[in-house]
Amino acid sequence: MVELTPQLLGLQLVTGIALGAIYALLAVGLSLIFGMLTVVNFAHGAFFMVGAFLGIYFQTLTGSFALSLVITPLVVGSVGMLSERFLVRPLYGRGIDYPLLLTFGLSYVLIELMRVLFGIEGLPSSTPAVLRGSVDLGIGRFPLYRLVLIGATAAVVLGLWLVIEKTRFGLIIRAGSRDPEIVRVLGVDVAKVWLLVFGLGTAIAGLSGVLAAPTRAVNPEMGITVLAESFVVTVVGGMGSLMGAVVAGLLVGVVFSMTSLLAPEFAELSIFVLMALVLLVRPQGLFGKAGLMG
Amino acid sequence: MNELRGPITPVMAPRLTPLLTLISRHRVVSVLLFLLVFPWLMPYEALAVNILIFGLYAVGFNLLFGYTGMLSFGHAAFLGVGSYLTGMSIVHAHLNWLLAIAIGVGAAGLVGALMGHLAIRTRGIYFSMVTLALGQIVYYGFYKAERWTGGENGLRGVTVPAFELAGWTIDFTNPVTKYYIILGFVAIALGLVSRILASPFGAVIEAIRENEKRAAACGYDVARSKLLVFVLSATICGLAGSLRALHLSVVPIDSLHYLQSGQAVMMCLLGGMGTFFGPFVGAAVFLYLEDVVTTLTRHWMAVVGTIFMVFILFFPRGIWGSLIARWERATTPSAQT
Repeated sequence: MVELTPQLLGLQLVTGIALGAIYALLAVGLSLIFGMLTVVNFAHGAFFMVGAFLGIYFQTLTGSFALSLVITPLVVGSVGMLSERFLVRPLYGRGIDYPLLLTFGLSYVLIELMRVLFGIEGLPSSTPAVLRGSVDLGIGRFPLYRLVLIGATAAVVLGLWLVIEKTRFGLIIRAGSRDPEIVRVLGVDVAKVWLLVFGLGTAIAGLSGVLAAPTRAVNPEMGITVLAESFVVTVVGGMGSLMGAVVAGLLVGVVFSMTSLLAPEFAELSIFVLMALVLLVRPQGLFGKAGLMG
Repeated sequence: MNELRGPITPVMAPRLTPLLTLISRHRVVSVLLFLLVFPWLMPYEALAVNILIFGLYAVGFNLLFGYTGMLSFGHAAFLGVGSYLTGMSIVHAHLNWLLAIAIGVGAAGLVGALMGHLAIRTRGIYFSMVTLALGQIVYYGFYKAERWTGGENGLRGVTVPAFELAGWTIDFTNPVTKYYIILGFVAIALGLVSRILASPFGAVIEAIRENEKRAAACGYDVARSKLLVFVLSATICGLAGSLRALHLSVVPIDSLHYLQSGQAVMMCLLGGMGTFFGPFVGAAVFLYLEDVVTTLTRHWMAVVGTIFMVFILFFPRGIWGSLIARWERATTPSAQT
């Protein structure tokens, strides 16, 4: 048994926040798509996985992690937009279960596609050379890359917040998530906005895949567990709330990493139990029904 | 969505052709007559047993999804709990196989009550996400309890020794014997489901599917009905799991994973949700295709994913549901165009 010093707990807390940053990004993408289109993207984990694969692929191709961070989300987002345009769009107005089921089928195809392209074993992943090493946080040394994860997530969330709150496009997103009918009457091409939002959500999933790749095993099945975990985050935070997605993502990350320190065998279970508790006390989630950004 | 699931229930189809009317009226007998000869239509008996078990699993799932309109992604929990508890009763406690089945089914019902209690607090898409996540609790629970469940390797050695029954020697290693024993249990379950659907309670759950608020306004206790149908559905899936443990003589850990829940969804939709025969048709097509396709290519997931998407986009009624719809159209030309 390791002795539990405040330093150790502190470091584990930062580890949890770094893990939670990935969860938060995933849930932000899910929430964005849901808030606008009322579609739960069951292929979100698969888009995350595709992001991790393409991230490594573009990194070896261009030799630059930064470049891959830009290219991969664009490619994944394009795949997302194609799926919205040709697979999800015909299903609008047919009931909420159908888009959900369709994306579930899509996730199967994406998983198999990566197996065909990159093999069933997956790809070796490593931290880019510049971001290796560790930083002294005052309570002990901490891997630099995990701090980068936290910073990158903060930047994405801040950028997204600015887009949603300060731009005309964001205004349409906010209005559209309240009442798409009125927005259409006002002359906005809602279908185009939906396409872009779906693309944006899947691009964020792809980005979180690139970012997460150096911290975990990259294989075609990696998105399967991630999907379940990002659902936990979304349910804890409240559907359609970006604020909730971020807070719940960090909370779930911290709960996971603290349990893996104190009672490792219950680590995976702990986050699902957290969700069950939230459901008992507050079925709508911590920030549920508070609007898209509230 | 309502019009998609509307008049495809066999009970209320007086306009159908006489043969279909006959099948509809005696739906349990019809499906059993078909299942009696089914093993001889399949390339090998083990596939027939598999289809029988997964057909029952899809029937249990259909009760919740097709008839009540609640899309659960956590039904693997019931299949798995049924399998594991039956298996553990035989492997660790050396219990009689009938008792072991009863324990498996009871445990699945109990887990259904617990999960249902939490899950029915949510509705719509939320319900799907919550059932998926609650199902994963069960998955990780059994995964970690390695001492009793075998963890990642699954539970091995679920075997029933041959025994005498009314002068007959029953040996589970004989696939044909096994098929007909399992068919006996499936017959009981189908009779039960048919009875539920024909009862006033069956009408209530369909009313909830069509319009939950209106059902509540009519004075029905929606929450209680939802919980009850959830538990019933879990129990039937638990029975399918129990039988599967006896069939495979191992319990793979994957039987608890949410992808296994997804299989129930796929089978149900492929066959036709909200129809009595649909789930069996779906299970048969799914497993037969899997059997054929996996000998041709390694990329079964891409094939099944594509087929599933095509069905959602173009044939949301499923195979059996579309057939019924076509029959209906043919017999009532005035209703069309």
